[in-house]
Formats: sequence, structure tokens, C-alpha cells
Amino acid sequence: MRGMKKENGTDRQEDSRGNGQGNSRNNSQGNSQEDRREKETDRGEDRNSRNTQNSRRGIVVQVLSYMKKYRLLVCLSLILAAAVVALTLYVPILTGDAVDLLLGKGNVDFAGIAGILKKIGAAVVITAAAQWVMNICNNRITYHVVKDIREDAFHRLEQLPLKYLDAHAYGDIVSRVVADVDTFADGLLMGFTQLFTGVLTIGGTLFFMLATNVPIALVVICITPVSFLAARFIARRTYSMFRLQSETRGEQTSLIEETVENQKIVRMFSREEAVEGQFGEMNERLEKCSLKAIFFSSITNPVTRFVNSLVYAGVGIFGAFVAIKGGISVGRLSCFLSYANQYTKPFNEISGVVTELQNALACAGRIFELIHETPQIPDSPQARVLTDAEGNVALEQVCFSYVPERKLIQNFNLKVRPGQRVAIVGPTGCGKTTVINLLMRFYDVNSGQIRVDGTDIRDITRGSLRTSYGMVLQETWLRAGTIRDNIRMGKPEASQQEVERAARAAHAHSFIRRLPDGYDTVITEDGGSLSQGQKQLLCIARVMLCLPPMLILDEATSSIDTRTELKIQNAFAKMMEGRTSFIVAHRLSTIREADIILVMKDGNIIEQGNHETLLAQGGFYASLYNSQFAG
Amino acid sequence: MKKLLKYLADYKKETVLAPLFKLLEAGFELLVPLIVASIIDRGIADGDMGYIGRMGLALASLAVVGLVASVTAQYFAAKAAVGFSAKLRQALFDHIMSLDFTNIDKAGTSTMITRMTSDISQVQSGVNLVLRLFLRSPVIVFGATIMAFTVDGKSALIFTAALPLLAAVVFGIMAWTMPLYKKVQAGLDRVLGLTRENLTGVRVIRAFHREEREEEQFRKATKDLAASQIFVGKISAVMNPVTYVIVNGAIVALLYTGAIQVNVGTLTQGEVVALVNYMSQILVELVKLANLIITVTKALACADRVAGVLEIRNAEQTAGLSEKSRPDGEAAPFLEFDHVSLTYAQAGAEALHDICFTVNRGETVGIIGGTGSGKTSLIHLIPGFYPATEGTVRLEGQDIRDIPEEKLKSLTGIVPQKAVLFKGTVRSNLQWGKPDASEEEMWEAIDLAQAREVVEGKPGGLDAEIAQGGRNLSGGQRQRLTIARALVRKPEILILDDSASALDYATEAKLRQALQSLKGKTTVFLVSQRASSIRWADRIIVLDDGEMVGLGTHEELMKTCGVYQEIYASQYPEEQGKAAPDAR
Repeated sequence: MRGMKKENGTDRQEDSRGNGQGNSRNNSQGNSQEDRREKETDRGEDRNSRNTQNSRRGIVVQVLSYMKKYRLLVCLSLILAAAVVALTLYVPILTGDAVDLLLGKGNVDFAGIAGILKKIGAAVVITAAAQWVMNICNNRITYHVVKDIREDAFHRLEQLPLKYLDAHAYGDIVSRVVADVDTFADGLLMGFTQLFTGVLTIGGTLFFMLATNVPIALVVICITPVSFLAARFIARRTYSMFRLQSETRGEQTSLIEETVENQKIVRMFSREEAVEGQFGEMNERLEKCSLKAIFFSSITNPVTRFVNSLVYAGVGIFGAFVAIKGGISVGRLSCFLSYANQYTKPFNEISGVVTELQNALACAGRIFELIHETPQIPDSPQARVLTDAEGNVALEQVCFSYVPERKLIQNFNLKVRPGQRVAIVGPTGCGKTTVINLLMRFYDVNSGQIRVDGTDIRDITRGSLRTSYGMVLQETWLRAGTIRDNIRMGKPEASQQEVERAARAAHAHSFIRRLPDGYDTVITEDGGSLSQGQKQLLCIARVMLCLPPMLILDEATSSIDTRTELKIQNAFAKMMEGRTSFIVAHRLSTIREADIILVMKDGNIIEQGNHETLLAQGGFYASLYNSQFAG
Repeated sequence: MKKLLKYLADYKKETVLAPLFKLLEAGFELLVPLIVASIIDRGIADGDMGYIGRMGLALASLAVVGLVASVTAQYFAAKAAVGFSAKLRQALFDHIMSLDFTNIDKAGTSTMITRMTSDISQVQSGVNLVLRLFLRSPVIVFGATIMAFTVDGKSALIFTAALPLLAAVVFGIMAWTMPLYKKVQAGLDRVLGLTRENLTGVRVIRAFHREEREEEQFRKATKDLAASQIFVGKISAVMNPVTYVIVNGAIVALLYTGAIQVNVGTLTQGEVVALVNYMSQILVELVKLANLIITVTKALACADRVAGVLEIRNAEQTAGLSEKSRPDGEAAPFLEFDHVSLTYAQAGAEALHDICFTVNRGETVGIIGGTGSGKTSLIHLIPGFYPATEGTVRLEGQDIRDIPEEKLKSLTGIVPQKAVLFKGTVRSNLQWGKPDASEEEMWEAIDLAQAREVVEGKPGGLDAEIAQGGRNLSGGQRQRLTIARALVRKPEILILDDSASALDYATEAKLRQALQSLKGKTTVFLVSQRASSIRWADRIIVLDDGEMVGLGTHEELMKTCGVYQEIYASQYPEEQGKAAPDAR
């Protein structure tokens, strides 16, 4: 991947990135902000140059650079392909020659035939061997390139800023890494070999045919394109039918998703029949348009076969006429016939391959777009590794917004002493999570700085900063695997006792014990059958196990009943004694005990203080508090 | 697959005709080498132009007839396959819709969606291909052999030797690689899973600084995938070269024996050409057959999975096991839980244990308890969504298992925890509650559910569009409409499963007042985590870990029930002094 950049004209990009790194190396702790800004604008330009460079040619060059590593295999494969094509075309000629020696009773040249048969045997064995080796080479190239590309893509994924990831649909990225790479491999790599052998075959066949007999060759050359055109014509006609089919199918699929996902509700209201009727109506429509689409598209094969047969008949008649006049031997004519049979095949293949190639290029473009996405600024080598943070957190003149047009946090100042509890409150969607994004350095501030224990967090390694916080988010995330592995996420070497202790502290032990396999129960991605509350308890246990020096809780207990929550809070409190914590909460009972309350509205911090002072102020907090307890 | 064949029954004609026409086409194709042979032996040898012309015409007309036959075959095959899959899809959908709650849990939503969509598509293309090709390829293979016998018995023996050899190679390699391809698929699934996890869990992964470990894991997964792909590739790479060698070996043998026989005069030059052509035809068809078998195997696997869903049977209603009549003279209460326990299928422990209580008509019952304490399980027993594992639930003295499911459901109106609406309009959603509801009835329910402003705020009022799942509404708006949906049928039993969680306090208070107006007429079950939502109920059931630990009014429970006191205290800490919870 490194080598590739040189080739595809991204030198400029590489340069600018190099400069960026150079700058950050030179930065002293304090004045890094301006440089950072500059780098941001550099990046913007990179993106533009990348877009223009992501042309079809650019993509091909990049693909080639991935294949560079395997260039010996590629060369070998190409040579073998040429050999295979040449030999495969040669065998029918030999066969024809042999036939020509079978002139009739008592008129057979056995010595000649034996010689030809030996040649055929040798050619066949060599062809087979070459084909086998070629197949293996192609496999190796394809799957290794696929692997390399996937790894590069994944590597980039791990480094992409959240700014990018938050703005892009996950499904889209996943399909780039998985499906697009596969389509690319099938289409471009396999397609390329097909195209290569196809063109060689056509060229070779043409050559042999023209060399043997020009008039008969012309018959073949004139009729074959008909099948080509016919296939095209049908494909164009069926396009709209296929579109109608996929639209109807999409409609049906969304009904299936809706009703199957909420089937319990369907049952609760005894709506089965109504829904089935709705489904039936769509099903009938789908049946009708599917039949059309499938039938018309399946005509392609018979039609091309028909044209093929016509070519065959044409060669048969015309060839026979020529043969009578002595223009061609019977053996050569039979060779011609077998060519006529094969000749159209690569044509049909190539027409398929061309669309596949285009598709593959588009897929490759999408992957490379991801691979070349600008990664987060790497940690500078001088960055401090934060160990045993005391918990002094200071936000100084912090400005931040996700998009420049919509100002969010402006000139925000906050000083948190070790051990203090900071609560962030406000109505939903007011940007509470933004503060966490900044603290965890998921996003960088636009200006100002955040310091932990006196150091700007941009001068601390991301890993050590983030592991200093224990974070529990409202959106629970569990991975496919055992309960134990999920709890051990932050500390894979933890013993069973440690895991259990953490689970007990999170009040998750009792429900885990009741699962079929206890801690070894395998859960599917996203927790499967666990309730939202149980998932949250697991996420808390995960943090309890690591005992980080600071804590971030984003509505961490929203799905847990208040009584359990209270117990967990106690556990948290015990664990957090003397440690700094940030809590996004909606329950005022939690908030009241905080040392500092940040009241947010529309992305801004509008009030700041403790419970008593804020109530006394009689501002937004006071009205929020009163509205909740007016029940 | 066998079980699915009945859905093909309506397409018997098509199922028979499609392969027949295909056979016709194949038959014509087999004639071609014979015609060519006669062109060589008679036309060219005798210099008979007229004969050659006639034979050429014969070739062309064979092509036309072949075209007509195969297009006809394609039509019948497509019709049968599409019709079959439409019938199957409808049957499967109807079946899935009829599954009871236990089976819904067991089968899993995403599995069923896959069965309904991609699996059935695979089966459809499988059927289509089978009808089109499954007869054609073998017929050409065997037909070519038989034709070879008509040309020359001795040479045909070479066919009978080559054929099993070819079959052994093709099918042997397929049998070997098929399970390996499953491994490849598993590897690909792993790569997909890791990628998705790293996106959905990006914050957690970065928070725990696991990026490098994740990359390592991913590299291992891609390496395994590439290794298994290359391994399978190596084996399948053998197929083409080996078949090529066999077929051409056979051709060499044909030429050799042919040479001897031509020399003796028992065979002509043209006949040798015909034999060679037949051998080439066999090679082409075998490759097609191999591809066909791969598709068909996949389709069969999908068919099995579909059949698996169709085989799921709802549990038989085991009615009247504990049919004890109540002591004489005592009127049956409206609803009674008699030592009810519930264990979910595949669960390790009981979800509910020995629940006992009675409710009078028109009462309001609050149910409170922690996460996973069994609140939803309890209310799901009332309309019989799950059968009680032990004990009996009785409605007006009658075991609910003896009440027809439809009747029981029509008595209850339930507002599920997940506020989901369905694509359509407000009206069509309310009709879920009562299909023939009048406008007045709808507005009445909407008013009760405090949803008038929601409906009136939308363009079109009752006919306002609702997107799939109700995504064009906020959580609170959705919740109010789901309440209206349950109310529109004026149920005797109304069940609200934590249905006010997304409402603000003021709206919830209004809703509460509205519900109070139903008192005496409708029996209401209110599930909540908020003590404030249920404290006004006639009686409150307190659940803890599947057991009922308290039953009574708010005041009674505040005196007697430790768990209730704790819940209350956690929500109203300012009153902590009044009700000191015992430390547990």
C-alpha cells in the first residue's frame, strides 16, 4: 500500500501528510492549535485531489500496485494463459489433420496418425498442466490481494476519526469491506483472466481460421456478432422488468421485516389474516413481474445458441462447397466446425465480463475511497503516556462544533478537581454526549484546550487517555462471544475471580448465573436475548473490571430499574471514591449529589453550579427540576 | 425439499412440459454431428451440392426447432418456478404469522426474515434451473454415448470407459469441495462480523484502546479465510485440466481405433468426425452439469431451512389440567392467578414463580419491579401469549386455556413496551385495534390516549401517513398512538406495559386521569418502573426476581414491603426519612 501511493500520483498528498507529521513533532505543548488548523485545511485539499484522482485510471493503477507484490505470479499466469489458449486451439487442428489421414479403406497412413496422436497427447498433457498451475496462480493472487485490501481497509477503519464514522452508515462501510472487495475480486481479477484468455482465443481462432481458409472465416466473422447484438437487445428490454421486480420485492421485503419483527404485536391484535392478505396481494404482483423478468432474461441463452447453430450450419454448407472444390480438407473443415462452436463463447463471456469489470472497478473505487480516507492525526512520538491519572480535568476556552455552520460549544471553561463528580443535564438532544466526545478525544476541540493533570490531551497518547476513563454509554454494545469475553474486553488476561467480582459489583452476577451456560453463555452480536437492562449491567461490569482512574457515564443506567440503579451507584461511588467522574443523567436524584452540574441546552452550557446554587438561581435548571417533580 | 414439492403441485403441467421441451431441444442437438458426418461422407465425397444444401437446410431448421423448443421450455420452467416460490412464500408467511410467542422467541426474527427472502429466492432459482437443465445435461451426455453406439459399437466402448471416469472426477471433486466451501463461507461471515462489530462498537473499542488487538484479530480472520479459499481453489483447479485430459485421451483413442476401422472399411471418415464431436459435446455438458449441481445443492440447503420453519408446530393447548371448581357459594373473581409459574423454553430458570392473586372487574392493578423481575412475563400470561408452566390463570372462573384464543385476545387491549406502528395511516393503525371502528370511536380513543394533538398536528389527520415502524413520529407520539390503538376496541382488560416511559410528566398525568375515568368498566394493568405512575392503583403487585414480594395499595406496601420501600426511596430520596428502607 505504501508503494502504491508513489505510483498513482499522490506524491503531493504524501508530502503534505509528511509535513503534517513533521509539524506535530516540532510542536511544543502549548502552541499546537494553529498548526492543527493548518493541517485541517491541508487535508481538505487532499480530499479534492483524491477525488479527481479516483478516476477509472487511478483505480486501475492502484489495483496494479496491490498486484505488484505478486508480479511474478501474475507474469507466470499470463504466460501460462497464452500457452493454454494456443495449445487448446492447436489440438483441433491436429485432430483435423489426423482425420485427413483416414481417407478410406486401405488408405490410412498409420505412421502419420501415430505421430499426430503423440503430438495431441503431448499437447493435451502440457495444456492440462499449464491450466492447473495457472488456476493455482490466479487463486493465490486473487485471495492474497483480497486479503491485503481488506487488511488495509480495516487498518484504516481503526484509525478513522469518529467524525467520519459517525457521518457514514455502518452498513455501507461494512459492505465496502466485505461485499465490494468480493465483487472486485470476482469481477476484476477473475474477469481479467477471462478477458485475457477470451481475447487471445478470439484472436487465435481468427488467425487460424483466416490462415486456413479466408472465405469460410468470413462467414463466421459475419454471423457471430448477431448473437452479441441479440443478447444486448434482450438485456436492454429486460432491464425495466427487472427493476419492477426488484421494486416489488423491496416493497414485500419491507412488509416482511415490519411484520415479522413485530409479529408479537400482530398476534396481540389478531391481525394475522389482514397482514397475510396484504402480503398475498404483493405476492401476486411479484409473481407476475418476476415471471416476465425471469422468462425474458432466460431467452438470451437459447437465442445465442440459435445464432451459434446458424454459424455452424453456415460453416457446414459453405465449407462443404469449398471442400468439394478442393479448397479445404475434410479434417480442416471439422476443425473449422469445432472453432465455430467455440468462437462465440468468448464473445458472450467478454460482453459479460465488460459489465462485470465496470462493476468491479466501481467497487474497487469505493474501497480505495475508504482506504484513502484521511485518518486521525497520529499520536506524536513525544506524546505523554498517562498513567494513574489524578483526575484534574480542565477545559479552557473550549469551542467546538460538528459543522462550522452550526456553532455548538463556545468558550467553555470548567475546572474539575480530583474526585469531583460532574453531572451533565439537559433535555434530549441538547448535546450532552458532545462533552463526552471531547473528553474522550473522539473529537478534537476546534479551539481552546482540554487538560488532564495539566497536559493538553492532544499531547497524551489516545490509548492512555481513553483507558484512564471508564466509559459506560447508554447505547449498550456487546460483541458476539461469551459473556466472560465481553466482560474481559478491557482486560483480556483477567481471571475468573476478577470477572466474577466485577459482575457482582455491577449486580450482573445473579442473572449471568441463571443463563444456560453461565459465564460461558455465547451471546450474539448486540446481546440477542438479553434485556436492555441486562446488557447495560454487562457494560458496567466491563468497566468495573478495569478500575480506571476516571469515569464517564452516559445515561449508563437508563434501562435499569431505580432500585438496582441505586445499588450500582453505590458500587460506582465506592469504586470512584477520590476519582473524577462525569455523569450524563436524566434522573435528578443522581444529579443532586454531583459537585458540579452542567446544564445544557441546544448544545450550549447555559448554567453551571451545584444543586443548591442552581435552584437558587431560579433558571433553566430550576424549572427542569420542578417540572419533573410536579407529578 | 420433499415437503416443499406440494407447492409445485399446481404447476404439474409446467413441471412436466419444461423438461420435455428441453429434451426435444437436446435431441435435435444430438442429431447435428450425424448430419455433419453425412455431409462429409456423402456430400463432399460424392461432390453432391444439392445434398449438401439439403443437409445445410436441415441443420438450420434443427436450429429453429431447437430455439422454439427451448424458449417454450424456458417459459414453462419460469412459470413453474415463480409460481412455486410465490405459493411457498405465501405459505411460509402465513405459517410464520401463526406461530405462538414461544416459537417466535425460538425461531428468531432475523432468521425468519432470511428464510422469507433470500432462502426462497435461492429455492426459486434452483427449481428453475432444475427444470431447465437437469434433464438436458444428462440426456446429452448419455444421448451422445447412445448415438456413438449407433455410429459404431466398438468405438462407443471408449465412451463407456471415459464416461464413468469423467463422472468420478467431476463429482468426486465436488463432493470433496462442497463442505470446504461451507468453511469459506464461515470465514467470510467472521470477517463481516468483525467489521460490523468494530463499527457499531467503535467508541467502546477505542475507549478500551483495543484497536491493535482488533486489527490482529482481523488479520487472523482474513488469513484463515484466504488459506481456506486457496485450499479449496487448489482442489477445484484440478477439475478442468483433468477432464480435459480424459476427454482428449478418449479422442486420441477414438482416432486410433477409428484409423484401424477406416482402414478395414467398417467406418467412414465422416463417422469418425461425428464420434469426435460427440465426445466434445460431453465435455461441455459435464461442466454445465457440475455448475448446476452446485446451485442445486445450495438451493436444497435453503429448501431444507425453509422446510424447517414450516415444521415448527405450535404447542397443543393443554386445557383443563387443574380444573378445580371453586368452593361453593363463592363467586368467581374476574381474574385469578392460581399458583402460576412460568419457565420460558430454553431458559435456565423460572421467569415467574408461584404467583397468586385475584383482581375484580374494573380494578386498576399496578405492577412494579426491577429489570428482569418478570413484569412483562406476568402480563403476557393474561391474554395467554405464553401458557403457564404450572398453575392456572382463570378469567371469570374459567381456565383461560379453555377460552378460544381469538375471544381471549379480543377481550384484551395491550400496549406493548416497544411502541411500534405500521406503515400506513393513523386510521389503518387504529383499525388494528378494531377493524370496523367508526371515526367517533377512533377520536374517542385518541382523546383518551392524549393523542389528539399528535393526530391533528399531522397533515391529513386520521389519514396522515405513518412510515414503517412509525419512524416519522417521536417516541412519545408513537406511544400515545399505540395506547389509542389498544383503547379503540374498548377492551375489558387493558394492559399497559411501561407504555408511558417516553411521555413527559405532564402528559403522563393527563393520561393517568383519563385512565381513571375507565375505572369500574375496564380492568387495567399498569406496568411501570416509576412508583409515581402506579401509586394510585387499587392494588399494586411488587415483583422481585420472578417472585411476588408484595401486594396491596401504595400505603399498605409502604408499611409492609421492603422492596417497594426501596424502589420508592430510590425515586423520591427527599422522602427517605419517612420510609427508611431496611438494608438488605
